[in-house]
Formats: sequence, structure tokens, C-alpha cells
Amino acid sequence: MNILVCVKQVPDTTQIKIDPVKHTLIREGVPAILNPFDGYALEAAARLKDKNPDTKIVVVTMGPPQAVAVLKECVAIAADKGYLVTGRTFGGSDTLATSYILSHAIKKIEETEGAFDAIFCGKQAIDGDTAQVGPEIAEWLGLPQVTYGLECEAAEGGLKVQKEAENGKQIIGIKFPCLVTFTKPSFDPRYPTIKRKLAANRAKFEQLGDDFDPSMDVAHYGLKGSPTHVKKSFTPPVKQGGIKIKEETGAESAAKLAKILTDNGII
Amino acid sequence: MEAKTKDLWVFIETNEDGSPKKVGLELLNPGRDLATKQGGKLVGVVIGNNVAEAVEQAGIYGADQVIVVEGPEYQQFTTDAYVNALTYVTEKYAPTTVMIGATPNGRDLGPRFSSRLRTGLTADCTSLDIDEETGNVAWTRPAFGGNLMATIMCPDHRPQCGTVRPGVFKKPEAGENKAEVIREDYHVAPEDIRTCILETIEDAAGEMVDLEGADIIVSGGRGMGGPEGFNTTLKPLADLLGGVVGASRAAVDSGWIAHAHQVGQTGKTVGPKLYIACGISGAIQHVAGMSSSDCIVAINKDEDANIFNIADYGVVGDLYEVVPALTAEIKKLKEA
Repeated sequence: MNILVCVKQVPDTTQIKIDPVKHTLIREGVPAILNPFDGYALEAAARLKDKNPDTKIVVVTMGPPQAVAVLKECVAIAADKGYLVTGRTFGGSDTLATSYILSHAIKKIEETEGAFDAIFCGKQAIDGDTAQVGPEIAEWLGLPQVTYGLECEAAEGGLKVQKEAENGKQIIGIKFPCLVTFTKPSFDPRYPTIKRKLAANRAKFEQLGDDFDPSMDVAHYGLKGSPTHVKKSFTPPVKQGGIKIKEETGAESAAKLAKILTDNGII
Repeated sequence: MEAKTKDLWVFIETNEDGSPKKVGLELLNPGRDLATKQGGKLVGVVIGNNVAEAVEQAGIYGADQVIVVEGPEYQQFTTDAYVNALTYVTEKYAPTTVMIGATPNGRDLGPRFSSRLRTGLTADCTSLDIDEETGNVAWTRPAFGGNLMATIMCPDHRPQCGTVRPGVFKKPEAGENKAEVIREDYHVAPEDIRTCILETIEDAAGEMVDLEGADIIVSGGRGMGGPEGFNTTLKPLADLLGGVVGASRAAVDSGWIAHAHQVGQTGKTVGPKLYIACGISGAIQHVAGMSSSDCIVAINKDEDANIFNIADYGVVGDLYEVVPALTAEIKKLKEA
């Protein structure tokens, strides 16, 4: 099996703080990490490889040169090879433009790595939270898709994907080639071994720069090729804490609360 | 594509039994306002099988027109069937705006549909408006795990599309159904549906929790200390108020209660009239899923817990003392 995993380097959003005066995000000192959902996608690929050692896992990321760090991390965890898509003209791309670039990058990488049976992505990146790039790559490439995957197994000429559904789970059958996005499974992804870490440090990663594919239409990528534009961004209004109730005993507090809720017609 | 009308479309997602999901009806509320400002009709688009109820409800809740694509291939959601059908009707009628509920299916369908039309989509919006200067829809959404809000516009591509979070808007008032119904006889061949639902596994408890539709939610977090309290302490209060039991991720990850009950970034986003958070610290990921509740009550031993910063009423105390006393007190007041 030949699997491509699309990954992104993101700021650890759980560590982002708001500047209390300027009401802006404090990004300094926030570590850049592998998007956790992409880690689940990589784990799903690694589990397929556990059962079928002939499997090749290639990772691709798009971002600034320092995003190569997540490629290294993926190789340390389970990937065989990694590609970095990076270019000034790609900056400012929205999800449609990003997926346009990535779909061309995937075609380019396939010239070297052979056609991919499956493309795995995280459900969404924790910075943008859009969950759009995966399905949009599938659309540009004309592939069938499954979203919210939890785990998968190889089936005749395709995959059986267990996915999160509204009231439980579903098992979906899908043929190769296909694209699957993954959400958080019930198990933890594996950690890198020392041996793999050392190998990853020595690994070289090929770069696809601005002009990797001259057939790309500049009307479809970058800030100008993006249909959506951010008009403004702001930190959400901080809701002020309301009335605090702290009586002598829990029962007294409860009585006071019950009265407030009833008097105000809340219950 | 070029918009041929100034109409605003709301995709009314259906359940397998043909009834509408609540979020589609909710979107008719802001949809009405935006459609009026755009100077076009408010149109409900219903795709499914045996969808008479959804079509009727779309009219009752204010759609001027309902476009219906019906067939057995739409009974269960598949990306291919739904994207093909929605693209077909969109290209035929060319609305200027399309809104889709940000349910799991909606977020699967949305980006596939918008990218097929080579237009923009704004995901998981929590607030909608029309930009006065340009007349575009101004879509506002949280990012960075709820730490940042962004207002996004799609100025030069049509239709401008967005998915909108369930529970953010209230259903409009029911009225007289005056909607014109248009049926589109469009079908998708079996070979064009490239995924196959092999099995559906309902949640372990077999218990359906309608968190998104609930008016009152009583939620427990790490402070519950174990699984028992959900049934013995929270459920009696929820039952008395006609509500349901929710949970934070900490409680779900500890195995105390099923994931179906989870509120927050990796669970459900809710907007009930009353949210009672018991033993929940108020991590940003949890708050992102419940901060649009009309009234938030927090009960927590830790006076410095974050949850108190967003609670309308905060009780500092042991939930195992406060909640049973609250249940008893409300029972007394109700009987009085």
C-alpha cells in the first residue's frame, strides 16, 4: 500500500493566552507542534503498515521552511519520507487555494513515489479549525472521501473505515484511491523510538518551491486566488462572571440559587 | 458561477426518517433576516427520502420556497449523492448565498460542495451579518480553539457559502406555511456513490442524548470523582427540570460516562436556556461548546475555577451537597 499523510505545523492552541490589555493573542513562546489530528492520521497509516510491512508512508506539509520540523517528527514516528511545500507566492492562501496547491503537489510527488492508494489527513487543524482542506483536496483530485475516521483496516482493493457518526459509529467501505480524514480515536498514537529519532535527524526532505508546477494557475492560489478574505479578527468578548453564591452551607447556597432561578423565570 | 438571484438558501438536513434536523430550522431564523437584507427569497433545500415532514416544517418556520430532491439514494447521507444533488440544484437556480448546518454531515458536504463550485466557504460560523458597504455576508467564526474570532467574506465568488453551528440560533416562531414547493427529479446512479455504509453502531448505552436540542443541561466534570454521581446526583435534577445530562471531556476520558454526553470542542456544541456545570473547571475547550447558553450556573468547590468567570450564577461549594439540596428545593418550590 502507498499512503500519503498530509500534516500541518500549528501553534499549540491550548497554550495561547490573551493579552488582557490589547485583547490580542500572545503567540510568543507558544510551541509549534504537529497538529494532533494529523498525528491520528499518521497513526492510522502506521497501523496499516504494522499489518502490511510493504506499506510505504509518505508525509507532506505546506508551510514556512521551519515546518520541516513536523516532517522530521513524522519520520521519527512512522513515515518513510517527507516533502515540504513552501513558497512565498503560496502565502495568504485560504482553504480552497491551499487544497489547490496541495493537490498539485500530490501529483508531483506521485511522479517519484508512485500513485497513492490512500491520502490521510487530520479532520482539521487546531489553529484554523475549518475541517475543509481534506475534502477540498479530495474534490480537486476527484477522490471519494470519508471524514471523521477513527481507525481503518485494509479490505479488498480499498479500506474499511470506522468513523464517528452523529449517534455512534459507522463502518464505511471505500475503494482505492481515496481520501480519509481522521479524528481522535480511543487509543493514543505511538511515540517515536530513539532509533527512529536518530534516523529522522539525518533524513533529507525534498522541497517543492513556488514554481514546482508551472501549469498551476496563479488565479487559484495565494491571497489573490483565494475566494475568502478575513475582514477582521478579534478576541471574543470576555463574559463577566455574574453573581457568586457562597453561604454557610451547601443547602443554604442551593436554596438561594433555587430562589434566584425561579424568581427570574429561568426554571 | 454567477448568481442569477438574490436568494438565500438554507440546507435542511434530514434524518433517516425524513424529519428535519433542528439546525436547518434554526438557520431559517438568521436566514430570514439576511435574505431580506439581500433583497431575495428565503429558500429551504431539502434532500432525503420521504421528506414530507421536513418540507412542511421548512414552510412553517418561514421559508418562502422549498426545493426538494427526494429518492431512496438520499435516505442515508453519502458525500457523493448529497454533493451531486446540491450542486445540481445550485447550478440550476444560482442563489447568492448557501448556509449549511455545521453537523458532521454538513461539514463533510460543505467543503466538497463549495470546492466543486470553486467558491469560498466559511466553516462553523457562530454569528452572521450583512456587510453594509458591500452587501456580502459577513461570516464570523471562532478559531484557535475559541481564542480568536474572525469575520470572513467571500466578495467575488458565488454562491457565498458557510456552515453554521447548531444551537447558536433559535428556531423562528412557527407561522402559516405559505411556501411554494419545487420538486427536482434528480437522481444519482449507484455506481456514482463511491462509499458504502457497511454497518451502523449506535452508542454503547443505546441511549440517545439530544444535547443539541435540550433546553436544560446538567453537566458533570472531573469534580464528579467517579461515574456514580451522574446517575444518582445529576440525573434527578435533570429529570426534574426536563433536561439531559452532559459531561466534560475529563469525565468522558475517565470512562465515567459515554462520549455522546460530551460538551465542548471534541464533543457537542450546545446552547440551552440553562446550563448547570457541576465540578467543571471551565477549560477553554469546554467553554467553547457551551458559552452561548442563555444562563450558566456553575457549582464548584474551587473558588478560582475558570468556570466562574463565565457563569451568571456561581455557587462555591461541594456539588454533592449543593445539587441534591437544589433538587429538593426546586421540588418544594414547584409543589408550592
